[in-house]
Amino acid sequence: MTAYILAKFARAAATLLIAVSLVFIFIRFSGDPAAALAPPDAPQEVIDQYAEAMGLDKPLWQQYASYIGGLLQGDFGYSIHTGKPALELFLERLPSTLRLGSTALLIALAVGIPLGSFAALNRGTKVDRFAMAFSVFAFAMPNFLFGLCVILGGALLFQTYFGGTDASVLPAALTLGLAAMGSFARFTRSSLLETINAPFMRAAEARGVPYMRRLVAHAAPNAAIPLVTLIGLSLGALIAGSVVTEQVFGWPGVGQLLVRSVATRDIATVQFIVLAIAFTMVLANLLVDMLYLVIDPRIRTR
Amino acid sequence: MPGEPAVLSIENLSVALPEGGDREFAVRGITLDVKPGETVCLVGESGSGKTVAAQSTIGMLPKALPVVAGRVCFESKSLPPQRSKAFDSLRGIKMAMIFQDAVASLDPVQRIGRQLEEILAVHGVDRRSRKKRVLDSLETARLPDPPRIYRSYPHQLSGGQAQRVVIAGSLLLNPRLLIADEPTTALDVTTQAEILDLLKDLKRERKASVLFITHDFGVVAEIADRIAVMKEGEIVETGSADAVLGAPEHPYTRRLLAAARKRDPAREASPAKRVLEVRNLSLDYKIGRLLSKKHIHAVKGVSLQLEEGRTLAIVGESGSGKSSLARCILRLVDASAGTIRFKGDDITEEKGSKLRALRKRIQFVQQDPYSAINPRQTVLSAIAEGPIIHDATKRDAEARATELLEVTGLSVNAGSRYPHEFSGGQLQRICIARALALEPELLVADEPVSALDVSIQAQILDLFRSLQSKFGFAMVFITHDLRVAQSISDDILVMKDGEVVESGAAAKVFSAPSHPYTKALLAAAPDIALRRRAAA
Repeated sequence: MTAYILAKFARAAATLLIAVSLVFIFIRFSGDPAAALAPPDAPQEVIDQYAEAMGLDKPLWQQYASYIGGLLQGDFGYSIHTGKPALELFLERLPSTLRLGSTALLIALAVGIPLGSFAALNRGTKVDRFAMAFSVFAFAMPNFLFGLCVILGGALLFQTYFGGTDASVLPAALTLGLAAMGSFARFTRSSLLETINAPFMRAAEARGVPYMRRLVAHAAPNAAIPLVTLIGLSLGALIAGSVVTEQVFGWPGVGQLLVRSVATRDIATVQFIVLAIAFTMVLANLLVDMLYLVIDPRIRTR
Repeated sequence: MPGEPAVLSIENLSVALPEGGDREFAVRGITLDVKPGETVCLVGESGSGKTVAAQSTIGMLPKALPVVAGRVCFESKSLPPQRSKAFDSLRGIKMAMIFQDAVASLDPVQRIGRQLEEILAVHGVDRRSRKKRVLDSLETARLPDPPRIYRSYPHQLSGGQAQRVVIAGSLLLNPRLLIADEPTTALDVTTQAEILDLLKDLKRERKASVLFITHDFGVVAEIADRIAVMKEGEIVETGSADAVLGAPEHPYTRRLLAAARKRDPAREASPAKRVLEVRNLSLDYKIGRLLSKKHIHAVKGVSLQLEEGRTLAIVGESGSGKSSLARCILRLVDASAGTIRFKGDDITEEKGSKLRALRKRIQFVQQDPYSAINPRQTVLSAIAEGPIIHDATKRDAEARATELLEVTGLSVNAGSRYPHEFSGGQLQRICIARALALEPELLVADEPVSALDVSIQAQILDLFRSLQSKFGFAMVFITHDLRVAQSISDDILVMKDGEVVESGAAAKVFSAPSHPYTKALLAAAPDIALRRRAAA
């Protein structure tokens, strides 16, 4: 078990390193930050001065070494536009992204799991077919399109603008959570169906265990195991997943910051946001792996 | 004890099959009594309706199978309607059931102790006495170290231990009737013998009645007081065990018994070309993660040879390394050491296009025909796929496939149907046809009949024999079942813990086994009892 945990941690660290290295390389090859920052008609000498000030004139490996060195000391660099630390910029935006993402996840869970369970327990009925049709729709609907529909609906039906900084989180969260809702519903249904038809469920019935108890004590814990993976992935996507939705609703979150920073070649900010996204992904995966130890004895006692 | 009222009586019971089934009734007008302290064996092939009879007794008939006539009485009272809540107060207390796959009939994420205590809990036994009763029951079921088993999860138990756990659970509340649905079919012979002994002793000590469902006459001979033989939903013969086994009346019973007793005289060896030669083959598996690697020595220095047109049976219990050996020969895994020569060529490290060409010459038949076939492919295209990959034209491949369907005893129009429309025996015929479509020189069959009923087994073994004489391939036949090995093989190799403990001509190994392990295997085979009983 210790080996299991150590191996998972080692893999998490390696994943993070690969992620930051890739971003480091790609953002430097995708355009010259110094040129982006300097005035449009600046002569080459001025651009070179900018580059020197930002350390971009040094060989790539030196830049990489000092970047990684900085990371290890908690120095994430400064935004070349505002001069503020990248970390500070990120933290300013984080709360509103988390509010949006977690509300979306809650909606997805609160609707998706009961819907899927209901469909599984009424397999083959109209209810089941309706629930599955809905979840396919939810999953397949692109959120930029659905987001526009929501905004349009709000404007026409409620004479309100659902976007912007002061708006309620619910319309945007519903848009963001819709796809996850669909996949939760489908996943819950198939996982639960597989479990309630498992031999041990019949055996429990033959032992005289009543229906509700069979569902709660035996079916639910077993059906939850694959679901945990899916929920973990959604947790990991809390920050990264909302880029499009934030744009559509003008939501002042990390996603919007990322889009803007990429457009202006704000190296430190982009690097930090990608690092943060990779970190949440890895953390969520790690969390799922650890949670598996708790809920699945087949891993714990291997 | 004559005159005593029956614990269970099934009276003229008929259960309908859904429309479009292969017959109208799952069971039709069956009548059967189980008296106190009596073991009644319900024998028949799969699809004969014996499981439906068991399900109706414990109220678990699926909705699609309604009772249309007759009734089931328990302790002289009519049972409540199928699937009704009223059954919850009978199941576990008055009647208990054990299943074929014991590990699967336990919840994988709960400890054994908790699952067994649940039986006591739902039937209102006081919390404080539960643990002790569970431990006692585990002890009664002769499990080693009951406190450890109590703390274990199902995946930590062997098949035999899991079946003992399920038996322990079924005995917790001293039910009057135990329904056992093929409880030893998934176990190897040694464990099977132990479980049957346990059931016999428990029946004697607890005076419980047992309704025992099986397809295996070897098992019947071990355990039955009375026998009811089922065929296509009807009981064709009932009587005391001695009467039915000694002087079967119905031709179907006679056929089943003959299939169980079948013995082929060992075929004469003839000098022929060597097809396969394995020298000092070893296979190690690495398991575990980065920091906790373990080596499992699955196969340790095995040597064997096989001549054209002959069959070598590899016999051993589960975990003996016989399937690992087969995978090496098939080049599905790479051997860790040793050499494999096929028709004189060293194929141990063949790669790429040469290995692909080799695949055509060495073919494979697996144990479970249900999962060995792509469910979304028609039978014809499944059989023709191999030849097409190996450069046959579609027309030739399909012509050959159709021919093979006939040769393997299937109807020609089976080709356009999908796998789910076939029974296990038919599917295995399809798998065999698929393997032979490539005209292999060597066929490796890994437990190809152990998922099938005895009488179907006999048919499939006959098919293997006739195909072998028709096409002349050599065959490596892997089995845990000595009866099967004896009926099909020219030579035998007995494996234990990855090593060969005995090998030689089949006739010699069976008549005069030299290794104690081989002797133990032979002694544990349940049909020994059958033969003894038949001789008496």
